[in-house]
Amino acid sequence: MNLIVEREKGLLELERRIEELRQANAQQPVDMSSEIRALEEKYAQIQREIFGSMTPWEKVHMARHPNRPTAADYISQFPTFDELHGDRHFRDDHAIIGGLARLGERAVMLVGEQRGRDTKENLKRNFGMPSPEGYRKVQRLAKLAGRMGVPVVTFVDTKGADPGIGSEERSQSEAIAACLYEFSIAPVPIVATVIGEGGSGGALALSIADRIIMLEHSYYSVASPEGCAAILWSDAGKADEAAAHLKLTAQDLKRFGIVDEIVPEPLGGAHRDPGGTIARVMKAIESALDDLETLPADRLREARYLKYRQMGNLAQQ
Amino acid sequence: MPMPDWLRHRRSKPQEAEEAALWTKCPKCSELVYRRDLAANLWVCPRCAHHFRMTAFDRINTLVDSDFTEIGTDILPGDPLQWTDKKSYPAKLAADREKSQLTEGVICGFGNVGGFDAALGVMDFHFRGGTMGTVVGERITMLLEGARERKVPCIIFTASGGARMEEGMLALMQMAKTTAAVARFMEEGNFFITVLTDPTTGGVSASFAFQADVIVAEPKAMIGFAGRRVIEQTIRQKLPEQFQTAEFLLEKGHIDMVVDRHDMKATLVRMLDYASRGAKRTRANLSGAPAPT
Repeated sequence: MNLIVEREKGLLELERRIEELRQANAQQPVDMSSEIRALEEKYAQIQREIFGSMTPWEKVHMARHPNRPTAADYISQFPTFDELHGDRHFRDDHAIIGGLARLGERAVMLVGEQRGRDTKENLKRNFGMPSPEGYRKVQRLAKLAGRMGVPVVTFVDTKGADPGIGSEERSQSEAIAACLYEFSIAPVPIVATVIGEGGSGGALALSIADRIIMLEHSYYSVASPEGCAAILWSDAGKADEAAAHLKLTAQDLKRFGIVDEIVPEPLGGAHRDPGGTIARVMKAIESALDDLETLPADRLREARYLKYRQMGNLAQQ
Repeated sequence: MPMPDWLRHRRSKPQEAEEAALWTKCPKCSELVYRRDLAANLWVCPRCAHHFRMTAFDRINTLVDSDFTEIGTDILPGDPLQWTDKKSYPAKLAADREKSQLTEGVICGFGNVGGFDAALGVMDFHFRGGTMGTVVGERITMLLEGARERKVPCIIFTASGGARMEEGMLALMQMAKTTAAVARFMEEGNFFITVLTDPTTGGVSASFAFQADVIVAEPKAMIGFAGRRVIEQTIRQKLPEQFQTAEFLLEKGHIDMVVDRHDMKATLVRMLDYASRGAKRTRANLSGAPAPT
C-alpha cells in the first residue's frame, strides 16, 4: 500500500467536512465560520506534519502516487503532438511514448516513460517498464531529432527497465547501452525531467542530458530501494533503510551535481495541482532550451562530455 | 607462467589462504584439481573445461607479450554517501583490498598484444563483485581517452555484478561517463573489443560491454541485464539453465563469438591485425575526405 495514499485519507476526510460546513454555512443563518477556520487550521497543520519534511522512503511513495501526473499528462499540454510509433524491428512498446510536438516557436522531440493509472492501462504500459524495443524506439527518435535539428525533451518515470525473459532474449543491455550512446553524441540539446520514479539504467537511458530537471518529490536511484535491499541484505523488506542510504532525493542529487534544477511541487504533491505543476515544468524546460540553443552542436557536445566527465570526482577528494 | 615485472611488483604479498590450498574442487564437475595444474591450464578445468573466474593479474599475464604500463593506480575510492550498514563502505573496501591485492575492481593500462599496441582493461570479480563505482568508471574512461589519444585499439574484459550500490547515483553516472568516452573513441574510427566473462550484468552490461565493435564471450559466462533471481521473482517460475549464458546470447544474435580461453589471445590478435589493415573511415569522412591521422 502506498504510504502517502494512506496518510492522505484523513486529510481528504477533513477536506470533505470543511466543504460540507462551508455549504451549510452559506444556507443557514447560524454563523459557523469560526468552526470552519478551526478545521482549516487543523488541516493545514496536519498537512505540514505529513508533507513538510518527508523521509526519502516517503518521497519514493510520493513519486509512485497513483494520481501523480504521468508523461502523457505533460505531453498533452504541448500545443500539438504527433506520436511516432515503433522500433521498426519488433513492435511498438507502449511503455514509451514519443513523437514530435510544438513548444512555442520551436519543434521538439518528446520521449516519455509511461505508466498506467489502473490495472488495465498498466498491463498495456507494462507498469511503465520499457522493453528493449521501447529503448530502440527512443534511439530511433533521438537520431531523427539529430537529423532534423530539433531538441529532445524527455520525461523520466519508471521503476526500471523490464526484467523479463523476452527482454533478455532481445538484449535489454544492448538496447540501453545504445540509448546512452545515441544521447551522448546527439548534436541537439537534450533536456530530461524526472517526474516520478527514476529507476536505475531504465531511467538513465532517457536522461543523458544537457539539463536534468527533477520534480521536488521525485526520486532517481542506482537501484530501486527494494532492489538495493535485496541485493545487499537479501531482504526487500528493508527498502526504507535502503532508501535512506541511497541518497536518491532531488535535493541530494542537486548537491552531488547530478541534477541541475528542482521544480517545486505544491504541499501534498504534484497531484494536488497537476495543471500548475506541469506549467512550471514546461517553463523550466523552455528556459533550459533557450540557454542551450545558443550553443553550436560541437560546443554543446563538448559541454555534455565535460559534464559527465567530472561526475564522481568527489571520490578523489 | 613467467611473472613480468609489473606483476611481481604489484603482488608483493602472497594470497595466503588461496595459495596455501593445493587442491581446488571444480564447481561444475566436482573434480579435484591440483592448483598448479589449474593455473597452468589458464584456470580451465582439465576435465570439464569449466572456465574459473580469473584474477585480473592472471588474465593480463595471459594476454600481454611482456610489459604492461598500468594507469590510474593512484585513483582510489572515497565514501561519497557515507555508507554504513553492517560494515562501513571503507571497511568493505579495505577487506577486499586485503583479500584481492587489488586497489579497485579494474586494472587498466597499455601494452603489447601479439605485437600490437593496445589499451587493455580487465575487471576483477574478486573486488566487490566487479561492481562499477566512481573508480572503475574513471579508470575505464581514462583508458579510452588514452587509447583515443594514442590511436590504438582498446580491449576490455568485463566481469561485474553491475553498479556499486554503496556509491549510489554517482555509480550509475559512471555508465554515462564511460559511454561518453566510448562514443568519442569509436566515432573517430578507433577499434573497440569487449570480452564478456562470468558474470557480466547490470550497469556494465548496459553500457560499455555492449557498445563494442566486436563482442566476444567466454564459454558458459553468465551475461544479462537483470539478475537471474530478479527475473525468477518477477515471472514466478524457474529459468532454463542455459538462459543468459554466452551460448544463449550467441544464438540470439547479441554477441559475435564464444571463445575458449586457450584461443583467446590468438583470436584477439587476429582482430587487431584485421583492424590494423583497414583504412580508417569514420562517419564524418565516409564521403571521401582524408581520414584524420
